[in-house]
Amino acid sequence: MKQETTIERHIIAVLVDNEAGVLARVIGLFSGRGYNIESLTVAEVEHESAQSRINIVTTGTPMIIAQIIAQLDRLVPVHRVTDLTEGRHLERELALIKVQATGEKRLESLRIADIFRARAVDSTDRSFVFELTGSTEKLDDFINLMRPLGQVNVSRTGVVAISRGPIQSDSLK
Amino acid sequence: MSGQEMSGAEIVIKALADQGVDVIFGYPGGAVLPLYDALFKQNRIKHVLVRQEAGAVHAAEGYARSTGKPGVVLVTSGPGATNAVTGLTDALMDSIPVVCLTGQVATHMIGNDAFQECDTTGITRPCTKHNYLVKDANDVARVMHEAFFVASNGRPGPVVVDLPKDVQINIGKYVGPSNVTHKTYRPQVKGDLGKIRQAVDMIARARQPIFYVGGGVINSGPKASQLLTEFVRATGYPITNTLMGLGSYPASDKQFVGMLGMHGTYEANLCMHQCDVMICIGARFDDRITGRLDAFSPNSKKIHIDIDPSSINKNIAVDLAIIGDAGHVLEDMIKVWKTGAHQPDADALASWWTQIEQWRKRDSLKFDRKSKVIKPQYAIERLYQATKHRDDVYITTEVGQHQMWAAQHFHFEKPNRWMTSGGLGTMGYGLPAAMGVQMAHPDALVVDIAGEASILMNIQEMSTLAQYKLPVKVFILNNQWMGMVRQWQELLHGARYSESYMDSLPDFVALAESFKAVGLRAENPDDLDGLIQEMLATDKAVIADVRVDPLENCFPMVPSGAAHNEMILGDEEKQEDKPTVTDDGLALV
Ligand SMILES: Cc1cc2nc3c(=O)[nH]c(=O)nc-3n(C[C@H](O)[C@H](O)[C@H](O)COP(=O)(O)OP(=O)(O)OC[C@H]3O[C@@H](n4cnc5c(N)ncnc54)[C@H](O)[C@@H]3O)c2cc1C
Ligand SMILES: Cc1ncc(C[n+]2csc(CCOP(=O)(O)OP(=O)(O)O)c2C)c(N)n1
Repeated sequence: MKQETTIERHIIAVLVDNEAGVLARVIGLFSGRGYNIESLTVAEVEHESAQSRINIVTTGTPMIIAQIIAQLDRLVPVHRVTDLTEGRHLERELALIKVQATGEKRLESLRIADIFRARAVDSTDRSFVFELTGSTEKLDDFINLMRPLGQVNVSRTGVVAISRGPIQSDSLK
Repeated sequence: MSGQEMSGAEIVIKALADQGVDVIFGYPGGAVLPLYDALFKQNRIKHVLVRQEAGAVHAAEGYARSTGKPGVVLVTSGPGATNAVTGLTDALMDSIPVVCLTGQVATHMIGNDAFQECDTTGITRPCTKHNYLVKDANDVARVMHEAFFVASNGRPGPVVVDLPKDVQINIGKYVGPSNVTHKTYRPQVKGDLGKIRQAVDMIARARQPIFYVGGGVINSGPKASQLLTEFVRATGYPITNTLMGLGSYPASDKQFVGMLGMHGTYEANLCMHQCDVMICIGARFDDRITGRLDAFSPNSKKIHIDIDPSSINKNIAVDLAIIGDAGHVLEDMIKVWKTGAHQPDADALASWWTQIEQWRKRDSLKFDRKSKVIKPQYAIERLYQATKHRDDVYITTEVGQHQMWAAQHFHFEKPNRWMTSGGLGTMGYGLPAAMGVQMAHPDALVVDIAGEASILMNIQEMSTLAQYKLPVKVFILNNQWMGMVRQWQELLHGARYSESYMDSLPDFVALAESFKAVGLRAENPDDLDGLIQEMLATDKAVIADVRVDPLENCFPMVPSGAAHNEMILGDEEKQEDKPTVTDDGLALV
């Protein structure tokens, strides 16, 4: 078999038992084996059965991605691992972006926010906080346009993702 | 009996008994006193008091590898737990089922830098298959049964259960093993039948096949070794074993071409290099096997059977992967093979064997038999000859040249008879492991083939042998050097022998006597058989100090970063044919 060497970006969803140390296990796996984490989100998704979903954005060759999935799958508290990148899926990230600017630059930030459908959720005479949801690229573009206008502080959630279409059994799609 | 109330410590002991545990290896301390108290009040489980916690884990490994049952360890918090870390890592690397119970400070003290507190679950997370911190006495029984399930199912490995002292004291409910099912962990044991058919088809069409079989077949249990032998014989194909796989196929069989890899035979490595179909069963394409990855078996189709999906395509991309237990998959393969009337190409196979026989003629394990000093290979050969008629011989090793010579020159007909630290390569493994084996097989002959450097790493366990009257035989190939280090320095670092000479060695005969064991020594080849006979006739522990050639090197050798067909053979070395090692190779371990 040929070994592909191109680096790909994948979104992997992991359903875990919400027990102590489970996040440390997942993160330790990535740091211990030298895999990349571009972003990571965790939250409980099933309260009754105490299960959390972890969305991980990672990069690697196809062989590394397959290793990451296999390694995650063998962690004992892991229920299921799904590579969302394999099918049609939705990705969203939320950011809160504080822009400090005055005068014409302050107005310009509002105009750009309007184009991106970002909402101003806080304002003072020298600053706005915008809330923006969308793909990682959209958030990157918005932030890059804001930077020349003044000092910018950013807080982002990292990617959450889900597949399109009806629920498929035995997967997180 | 479910729902019975008792202390956390009593729950632990009852769970051990219900899991069929008859012996545990441990060392007490403040954080496990309630557990030791509960042990004192019962007599179903025997406790072996080791002399250092590392010894306890290796003993549990030896017990586990020689019986197929999980080995059990009990240590205290803090230093007790940290001393166990090497053994846990060793068990993880070699897929050995171990359940290690550690004491912990009381739950309300955790996080306060309490006396003998350490973050045991944090420290052991990367070196266990799984670990638990139990915070409620009502969870103890479930966690104990889960720990045994996880340690011994799927790819086996070590599991730590961290037990705070208050949890040992508090009262909780006991539940039996049958009331506990694991929420998430369900390893796949049956292989996909479609893929098994495909594999059998590929195997039948092979012209230059090789079976490459590893420790996974031993992990699967003795039946898997029987099925392997049946299948390999039905095909008539050659088979090689990894260090961890030795014993899964009878070494005396003519289809066996010896161990492969860095110190494998010429024929095994060339079979791997030139084969057209490779059938890997329960082996993990370790770097000691593959050598340089881009030159590894360049022309073969590869089939990989493994219970752990993460072993597949980790180092080497394969063409057909079957996830499942080796025993189950072999059983199905044999069925498919028989019903399909598969007939390998007899002519192709005959010429493949002709080629292999030519490689065999190189006699890559030969050594100087006329030497006036004891050659280490000769010492192992004599030990083998003196014991091969017996059915109850168990060999453990330390780590180094002696380990490789033992793998090359001691031959195993059955699984579970060979205990060695392969993945981690832990010096100091062999003596405590032998102790664990002897506990499991009190009447068997258990020999630790050792180096004089390694044996000093856990020599304190001689005292344990004395206490429990365990007649382990320590067979030291004493070359006065860290031989394996010296060999690499000679071959790869311009013979600059930096810190590898073992100065100020003890008098091993006197040392043995101080531990109430028998000390023996051989200085000449003529003394050797006498020493071995005396050792075998002694019903106490023995340290045999066998003075071997200090400068002997272990060949064949595939230097790090080289390909299988770039092997160094001993006879070439004498013609000053030093190995060529690339800069990349030098950086490899
Ligand atoms: C000084 C030194 C030199 C060495 N030189 C060599 C050498 O020359 N040659 C050599 O071979 N080794 C050598 N080793 C050992 C080497 O480092 C590895 O430990 C060894 O090669 C691994 O063996 P293995 O591939 O059989 O895998 P193991 O470590 O035994 O792993 C078992 C594999 O089987 C799978 N498995 C487990 N249970 C099952 C089951 N029930 N069914 C199916 N699959 C299962 C596991 O998932 C895993 O992939 C050396 C070690 C040392 C210390
Ligand atoms: C705990 C540990 N420390 C260091 C090493 C590195 N090492 C590998 S082999 C070896 C020398 C072993 O010497 P000895 O036990 O005398 O065996 P020999 O090679 O001479 O047969 C060393 C230091 C190791 N494997 N384990």
